[in-house]
Amino acid sequence: MTRYSRRTLLKSGAAFAAASTLGFPSVVSAQAARIKIGHLVPLTGFLGAIGSYAQLGVKMAAEEINASGGIMGRQIDLMSEDSVNPATASTKAQRMIEQDGAALLLGEISSASSLTIMQVAERNKKVFFSTGARSDALRGKDCNRYSFHCDIPNTVMVNAVGTALLQKGLVKGKKFVTLTADYIFGHDLLKAAKAFFSANDATLIGDELIATDVTDFSPYLLKVRQAKPDVVCCNLAGNQVTNLVKQYAEFGFPYPLVGFNLNTGDAWAMGEGNLSGTWPTVWYHTLDNPASKAFVEAFSKKYGKPPENHAWIEYITLKMIAQAINETKSTESDALIGHFEKQTQFDIMKARKAYFRSWDHQLVQEAYPFTVKPKGEMKDKWDMLVLGEAVPAAGADLESIYPTKTQNPCNMKA
Amino acid sequence: MQFGFLLEQVVNGLVLGGYYLLIALGLSLIFSVGGIVNLAHGAFYALGAYISVEITKYLGFGSAVVLSPVAVALLGILFERFVLRRFYSADPILSLLVTFALAMVTEQAIRIIWGAPPISAAIPQVFRGSVFLGDFLFSRYRLLILAVVAAVLLGVWLLLHKTSFGRVVRAGIQRPDMVAALGIRLQPYMTAIVMLGVGMAALGGAFFAPITIVHPAMGAEIITVAFVVVVIGGLGSFWGVVISALLVGVVRGITIHFAPAAGEASIYVLMFLVLMVRPRGLLGERIEKFE
Repeated sequence: MTRYSRRTLLKSGAAFAAASTLGFPSVVSAQAARIKIGHLVPLTGFLGAIGSYAQLGVKMAAEEINASGGIMGRQIDLMSEDSVNPATASTKAQRMIEQDGAALLLGEISSASSLTIMQVAERNKKVFFSTGARSDALRGKDCNRYSFHCDIPNTVMVNAVGTALLQKGLVKGKKFVTLTADYIFGHDLLKAAKAFFSANDATLIGDELIATDVTDFSPYLLKVRQAKPDVVCCNLAGNQVTNLVKQYAEFGFPYPLVGFNLNTGDAWAMGEGNLSGTWPTVWYHTLDNPASKAFVEAFSKKYGKPPENHAWIEYITLKMIAQAINETKSTESDALIGHFEKQTQFDIMKARKAYFRSWDHQLVQEAYPFTVKPKGEMKDKWDMLVLGEAVPAAGADLESIYPTKTQNPCNMKA
Repeated sequence: MQFGFLLEQVVNGLVLGGYYLLIALGLSLIFSVGGIVNLAHGAFYALGAYISVEITKYLGFGSAVVLSPVAVALLGILFERFVLRRFYSADPILSLLVTFALAMVTEQAIRIIWGAPPISAAIPQVFRGSVFLGDFLFSRYRLLILAVVAAVLLGVWLLLHKTSFGRVVRAGIQRPDMVAALGIRLQPYMTAIVMLGVGMAALGGAFFAPITIVHPAMGAEIITVAFVVVVIGGLGSFWGVVISALLVGVVRGITIHFAPAAGEASIYVLMFLVLMVRPRGLLGERIEKFE
């Protein structure tokens, strides 16, 4: 037997174990084509699960665009990679623009990674569509002229769920404990939640900041019980939400669990009978309108499962980009920014059309609160949610649930 | 009251430690006997979880937690016979590379078979909710896990210390050359140890699938903690790994109670402190072949 020192072996072992937590790159398509579009989304880590849906959506949009003759007669070349973490996301975004010749970028779910890509976009004067990041700060104090934000921001999620909770009498005079994801998105969401609590006579009696890679929540759940709240509120993200909801059901606490952030992909992974409460969403595959139904049918046929909300948002984003390039006949950043800043209306498979607000580049659109469908009424395992009425209510100004200029201090340099 | 809360965290930490133990004990055994750091150990944990979720759909939870570890243990035979066996006497960096590669291959295979999005699993209705002992709260399902871990632990201890099989294994850890000189082939024992080790990892996966997210990278997530437990406990010592796993669980719980932000860092600080004082780990024996 070769002689070797145990410590050397342990050290190399530890290095490998650490390395194994890093992601594996995955290059999806790279055929020679003309309009290059860079796409980054987390495929590993705590947002990897929902990121995988996002990638399916954007791929499908690209294939449809190319099959129908491309944009301005040119095929698009979608370069899609795992964004891994904020530092890697930034490096990859820079490489896509500088070396691969990407005309523009889209993607991302993590607010932290989205922020670093936004900086790359601004530095290189290329447009970036942040599809799934929800932190208010991205379209507020950190906004820039080259970045557009498709998903609903934290304030809208809080407003969407908050309205539903108020109606159920779960807010006024109630004591809340929050569990918050410990990165920019969670901090930002907690801020929005605090503003909502104090405006509606609720008290926050405890908050736990939880690292994004935590999988066992039992110590935190014990602390929740010790605080004896009336309502527990989840401000977590990605896998955290799935793990929390599973373990919350395990402990079987009597306090209702509500939350200001949940993606359908996380809900589908939770297991039967574990989810309850009221949550917000931006889109769901049971939405009843012809465009949405056609998309759901095509997607389900292609991938054997319905689209998750990130698949939808990536799909409509690439379609909006294609439409804008076709209309402006240009892939130049200034032309595209000008087109979107005219608040051009887009059909995004919802009752009302959406548009990017000119002063903060936020896609203004409907949102929905949802509750959980009783088991007997589910048509299949994907049919988990009951959508509430769209917010804002029909007839009300679409912008009424979005942060105002004072709440969202966005100052774009021309 | 404060003390009661703390006690709750300690007991909860012990249960969590028990779960780490299922993964770490196999890792430690395979390393002690074969000298191989099995970085693919987490992959067997993930396979255990996925297979048990599949079996649950057809045969129920009870069958799943029995059959899934058995299925993975059978895979362990192939793993030992066709992969590990070639590396017992090779440069250790090779076995690190090959098991690391196998971990990646398995993770990607899971992505291909079950898809990248996580799959759903739930606790059977009877085990939901908590038990109260006075003001003391305990998750019913975790009590079940605790009982299973205790039974497995007892079984492994008896196997290693009260059977002729165990005597050969323990001798093989210290002096493989002497065992060979006595005319005993260690290879079948090694196969059995690998089966036992990966089977236990799969058992952990099967029991944790209903309460944590089941996704392709779950193996990579658990391997780091399991590794820390093995290093703190020390090699070749059954009780070292047991104490270390429980300690890691409790230290994490108490840290989260007082300083939540430091919760995940606490176990690495613990490892650092233990290695400063005892470089071979808490109860690590001096194993000549590794010195």
